[in-house]
Amino acid sequence: MRGIDKRFGAAAANRAVDFTVARGSIHGLVGENGAGKSTLMSILYGFHAADSGTIAVNGRDAVIGSPADAIRLGIGMVHQHFMLVEAFTVVENVMLGMATGFLTAKAERGVRARLAELAEAYGLAIDPDARIADLSVGELQRVEIVKALVKGAEILILDEPTAVLTPQEADRLFVLLRRLAGEGRSIILVTHKLKEIMAVTDHVSVMRRGEMVATLATGATSPRELAELMVGRSVLLDPDRNARPPGATVLTVEGLSLVDARGHLRLDDASFEVRAGEIVGVAGVSGNGQSELLDILAGLRQPTGGRILLDGVPIRPGDDPVALRERGLRHVPEDRLRRGLVAAFDAADSAVLGCTPEPAFGPGPFLDRAAEIADCEARMASFDIRPRAPTLGTALFSGGNQQKLVLAREMERAPRLLLVGQPTRGVDVGAIAFIHARLVALRDAGAAVLLVSSELDEILALSDRILVMCGGRIVGERRAGETDETELGLMMAGLHGRAA
Amino acid sequence: MTFSPRWLGLVLPLANVAIALAAAGLLVLAIGENPVEAMGIAFRGALGSGNGIGYTLHYATSFVFTGLAVAVAFHAGHFNIGGEGQALMGGLGAALVALALPDLPWPILLPLAILGAALGGAAWAAVPGWLQAYRGSHIVITTIMFNFIAGALLVYLLAGPLRMAGSMALETAAFAPAARLPSLADLAARFGVDLPRTPLNLSFAMALVACLAVWVLIWRTRLGYAIRTVGANAEAAAYAGISPARVTVIALALSGALAGLMATNEILGVQGRLINEFAAGAGFVGIAVALMGRGHPAGILAAALLFGVLAQGGAELSFEKPAITRDMIVVIQGLVILFSGALEGMVRHGGLVLAQRLGRKAVPA
Repeated sequence: MRGIDKRFGAAAANRAVDFTVARGSIHGLVGENGAGKSTLMSILYGFHAADSGTIAVNGRDAVIGSPADAIRLGIGMVHQHFMLVEAFTVVENVMLGMATGFLTAKAERGVRARLAELAEAYGLAIDPDARIADLSVGELQRVEIVKALVKGAEILILDEPTAVLTPQEADRLFVLLRRLAGEGRSIILVTHKLKEIMAVTDHVSVMRRGEMVATLATGATSPRELAELMVGRSVLLDPDRNARPPGATVLTVEGLSLVDARGHLRLDDASFEVRAGEIVGVAGVSGNGQSELLDILAGLRQPTGGRILLDGVPIRPGDDPVALRERGLRHVPEDRLRRGLVAAFDAADSAVLGCTPEPAFGPGPFLDRAAEIADCEARMASFDIRPRAPTLGTALFSGGNQQKLVLAREMERAPRLLLVGQPTRGVDVGAIAFIHARLVALRDAGAAVLLVSSELDEILALSDRILVMCGGRIVGERRAGETDETELGLMMAGLHGRAA
Repeated sequence: MTFSPRWLGLVLPLANVAIALAAAGLLVLAIGENPVEAMGIAFRGALGSGNGIGYTLHYATSFVFTGLAVAVAFHAGHFNIGGEGQALMGGLGAALVALALPDLPWPILLPLAILGAALGGAAWAAVPGWLQAYRGSHIVITTIMFNFIAGALLVYLLAGPLRMAGSMALETAAFAPAARLPSLADLAARFGVDLPRTPLNLSFAMALVACLAVWVLIWRTRLGYAIRTVGANAEAAAYAGISPARVTVIALALSGALAGLMATNEILGVQGRLINEFAAGAGFVGIAVALMGRGHPAGILAAALLFGVLAQGGAELSFEKPAITRDMIVVIQGLVILFSGALEGMVRHGGLVLAQRLGRKAVPA
């Protein structure tokens, strides 16, 4: 790809970007949120057309006007959010978008044969007749990769492929990628995890603000150098930690269970406590009960068993989020755009979500718009949210700034207990360091913090104690500093016994 | 996020109307009449005389109420198609008050009758709201069905329990004068101003107040914030401790109350008795008005005036040009709805492209 330019309205998403991937290599592409990685990959895969610039595949100029063109040229893409039809089987999904003629039986035989070959060659065994809805996340990803390979992909783009995997599953993925590269395929790995870049890639390209700032041989660089290239200044990767002994117990959870509407046990007899002045991290692969735990603690879902005490006083089934907030419980939800903010609102309206009952925001039934804007300005100043524009649409802020808005709203109301879900998901490196420092400062100020994150690094960096969840159960508890990623990874995968 | 300059929000509705009128012009041409002449007749009929203006504003009054009704429900994320039935029940509420308490003095009876109109509409809309919130029955379906039920109920009542003794028409006895909203001509006469006699009455002022009240409600109250949150993101509302189910019922009741107030114009202001089918489609025009006005009271006021012009101008037009029937006016209204609602995205896209071109010329890269 040479001299790629792309503008969206007034913003330049890509500026004179050159990007070259050698055959048979794994090439990492890193950059902060909004640096232009996704745009560049969208152009390569034909979702967007570049305003100018050229693309050559195997040395020949190529015009890629649609994903169909990209597939014809041997380019395959595995999206971060899987593009699979849940009600279909694996075979049906692989056949999606293939030219089959009116009847599909013949094409289906061909696909089954190819699936068998791939299973043989790469150990990519998947039951062709399994329904997508019944597969695990790791298996879904294999289906996506197989889908691309069946369509003849020689260049494979993977967008944040390990976000939903355990460390062990990620390692298996990397072995597979190595094997594919060894056979002459080219792999482009888009990620923000520098450790993965160091572990698996041959080359790495760094983007910042729509420009390609460096392409390096992986062996000749370091995570620190890459991080600095990404943000354009030096960053602190690890926050200070001088944990003082924790204080009184703030949150007590006893035998908490949840059976969902379909009769599945989502939360199984969870018991733990969180004390003032400590961060308790909950590690686990997404979908193992952490979200349900957060929802119940925040008053958004009713448990089917067990009880919760806040400062020693039980939470009653009728206590809604408003009642819990009055008792000093604040909640940073896992998905900011689904719950934490209203994309259609301006920042000032989003900044008071859940806080409108406070008397500061107007007398009686009225909502004081000026007070709302003043409040938002104060949040923007203290959390360095840019741009400082309370009347700008929430959706127009970058992911990191949106997240800071939610964090500022919840953290600056002196919580007794802060529930935090995925505080840095989709947030750039610079903002991550800032958010981590703020969480630690809140703990040092005496708040109890329950941190749910699927990023093991984050759990390890921040937590004083770590709980590991698997299949709805708390399968283990470790003190920070007495465990490592490997042990936690095994526990997350349910392979480590319950023994302490 | 696409970049969209502020002026586009004002220019687009006008462009939509212009395209709709152009399309209507082609239709007029097709039936052998001169579209320019026809449009001239329509606009002169609607705005060319004090009499015409009075009628135009009278129609617009009803459309403001029903348009605001649709907008309030829309801010809560619901499509209230039941304005027609809610207006009819508003009329019933006003009539019950006026007929039951004929001896009260006007400062008490008139506000009570107006309240009756609001409550009638609110009650009729709250039921579909409750069914949606707690039983999951889709509000579009239930409000449409409730229109039919309201129509049938009104016929039953007007043919039976509420029928004026000795009358063959579907109507109640006349209300006491204390229950009637004064016409603007009468009010003006008190101050020595001579206005032509038209159906325009005090409910026009009520409609203007309602515009302001809805703006305050939606953008300056905690309830309005809750309504907007539920409409934009029900999950975020639940997170904030706002019950989407409760807010749905409240928003629908408010929406129905506004639709019910439409009856003050026609029943308390003009007829002075409850008659059959008095809403005459105003409930449905309200949907178009709210769409064109983009849910904002100022836009709704402007759109209601436009539809008032169409209603009055169309009546004049069909009178002067027998080839152009009243049905033609319905077609023109339909075209406006088509272009400002369904095809709005098409014009918007063109507008955005144009805005980008202009923007680029203004700021050379």
